Amino acid sequence: MTSWNRKDLTDLAGLSAEEIVHVLDTAVEFKSVGQRKLKKVPSLRGKTLVNLFVEASTRTRTSFELAAVRLSADVVNITATSSSLSKGESLKDTAKNLEALSVDLIVLRHAAAGAPQFLADRLRAGVISAGDGSHEHPTQGLLDVFTIRERLGRLEGVKVGIVGDIRFSRVARSNIHALTKLGAEVTLIGPPTLVPREFEKLGARITHRLDDVLAGLDVINLLRIQHERQKAGYFPGTGEYAALFGLNAARAARLKPGALVMHPGPIHRGTELDGAVADGPHSVILDQVTNGLAVRMAVLYLCASVAQKEDA
Amino acid sequence: MSACVNIRGGRVIDPATGRDDKGDVFIVDGKFSDVPAPGAQEIDAAGLVVCPGFIDIHVHLREPGQSAKETIETGTRAAAAGGFTSVVAMPNTQPVADHPGIIAWVQERAAAAGAVNVFPTGAITVGSKGEQLAPIGAMAAAGIVAVTDDGRCVQNHEVMRRAAEYCRMFDLPLFDHCQDTSVAGAEAAMHEGFWSTVLGLPGWPRMAEEIIVARDAMLAELTGARIHCQHLSAAGSVRIMREARARGVSLSGEVCPHHIALTDESLKDYSTDFKMNPPLREQTDIDALLGGLADGTIDILATDHAPHTVYEKEVEFAAAPFGIVGLETAVGLFCEILLHRTGAVDLPRMVAMLTVNPARLLGLDRGTLGAGRPGDVTILDPAREWVVDKELFATKGRNTPFHGWKLRGRALRTIVGGRTAWEISR
Repeated sequence: MTSWNRKDLTDLAGLSAEEIVHVLDTAVEFKSVGQRKLKKVPSLRGKTLVNLFVEASTRTRTSFELAAVRLSADVVNITATSSSLSKGESLKDTAKNLEALSVDLIVLRHAAAGAPQFLADRLRAGVISAGDGSHEHPTQGLLDVFTIRERLGRLEGVKVGIVGDIRFSRVARSNIHALTKLGAEVTLIGPPTLVPREFEKLGARITHRLDDVLAGLDVINLLRIQHERQKAGYFPGTGEYAALFGLNAARAARLKPGALVMHPGPIHRGTELDGAVADGPHSVILDQVTNGLAVRMAVLYLCASVAQKEDA
Repeated sequence: MSACVNIRGGRVIDPATGRDDKGDVFIVDGKFSDVPAPGAQEIDAAGLVVCPGFIDIHVHLREPGQSAKETIETGTRAAAAGGFTSVVAMPNTQPVADHPGIIAWVQERAAAAGAVNVFPTGAITVGSKGEQLAPIGAMAAAGIVAVTDDGRCVQNHEVMRRAAEYCRMFDLPLFDHCQDTSVAGAEAAMHEGFWSTVLGLPGWPRMAEEIIVARDAMLAELTGARIHCQHLSAAGSVRIMREARARGVSLSGEVCPHHIALTDESLKDYSTDFKMNPPLREQTDIDALLGGLADGTIDILATDHAPHTVYEKEVEFAAAPFGIVGLETAVGLFCEILLHRTGAVDLPRMVAMLTVNPARLLGLDRGTLGAGRPGDVTILDPAREWVVDKELFATKGRNTPFHGWKLRGRALRTIVGGRTAWEISR
């Protein structure tokens, strides 16, 4: 019996706890593929996947591409500058053209919130979000909970602190949805300008003082500071931010012995995270990258299975 | 040829004169008369409501320059189909209606192709850029009924102050699209609140509207000008306006149907049919708007009819233009929400907010059934049940969030100057 009947993955807000766990369990199986000598399975042989990255990305695009390759899919990469979108073609027309080429799955990274849902509603192909504006980054959320579950053996009752630019972070939103559904306790940490009160309605706690909660956390997930936001006056500068919210060596020393330090990357060493902490014993940042591949294999496999049924 | 009709046996509501009784209305040679015309067309209005023709003071007819969205012909046909006999055309056309030549062009097109009366407005500032006053006097001479930079808001308070002072010379009301752009930035796409947080869309807080309503209250008080706040959406705006009006400040406001029919939760699937400016807000705002209508703080109803092409709206949410069509659904929604669902106002009050109140604000010789006035009539069935079908619209726009809605209340006949511009069977 399957717990998955979606051709698309556009967000985690709409997934049940059971569906999330099903993806995580499937990812466990796929993670073992990466540890074999022959890192490939035939699950998506004959399927075509398009990586449609309208917004810049290195690690997510590479991760999705490798995930598809390891599932034996044929992969086409399209980036913003090489697509007709740069000539003014609408997203709908671009997608309809891809569909006319019998594409089975589209992985979309787009600066506009809701863009993956827009495509999913209009296409027979499966649509998987690789991040849409400030909305969600569902596979990042899944790989983060996968990593926590793998390391700590559970999610229920785990105390997770997410630090930084929550307001504009799609990673934070997907993490909040996944973690709260699976029973973790989420605390959002940052200045009020970046942590609006509305997040409490999603089941998260909010504090503006990292030092007050640091020692009680099982996991601390540090988000990238988006330097472009500084111009908008959300905080005075990176120096003050680092002093108030940066995880430096002194703060890291106050973490619980088994606490995990996470970061979705790319890291600004010295701002949200000191280099020594990023490379230190608490850090699971590279595990996140490795697990991202397994999670994305699971998502591609599950969505393709449903898209295939709909075609039939 | 004269246009004479005798409308018999309806419930006649004329808030301007306080009339509300069962009786007859006569139009002789295009104007209301106390006596019937022999040989006139007889209309049986038994069981229906007969009132002065509805006036919509906030309509985008899109001509000149954007005829793919709408034309004066299609827009006025939509107005007639919705029960409106007069529309006030906004000046944010291409080019912006900021000089008398464009006003004259709109008037000529309306005279040639308009199904209902069209009253143009002129821009406050050249190009609606908020910097230099447009030739308001010349446009007043050409026949504008108000000035507005609608779609934009004059951010410079000094410019707005001078506009208010200058408009007094012509007794022109100054309409304002209340939006502080330093608070609601260029990227703002929806109401700032829980749903903008969940959806990751840039928010447009209430304060962006309220701060300008407060500014306008101060300017109306300072200058004595008549300032009208368009499409109010926020609870605080009502509170500020109530306080100002209680002190006798000449500040008025209007409410559009979508702002009392829908909340920001409607955007949860990113449908661009719910993307409007100002944005859909929360139930507390709806309650405040209804309270403002109930106690008379807000005394005008309008549509902000804003047609767009299908291809413009069928894009990512951030890229879609703001606005929805409203002319053909407004009366049904106002009846449904104000009369049937909430009882916020009674039928005569609702009729006043669509007739005499806008006519007085604009200085129009309409909005009443008084003898000698232009014979514009809306015949209404406030209980008529119907289902909104956007494919049947007369407007070119299909951008409505109300497709498929069941409503109670519809205009059955629209009479302009004694001639029937629209009717549906009883």
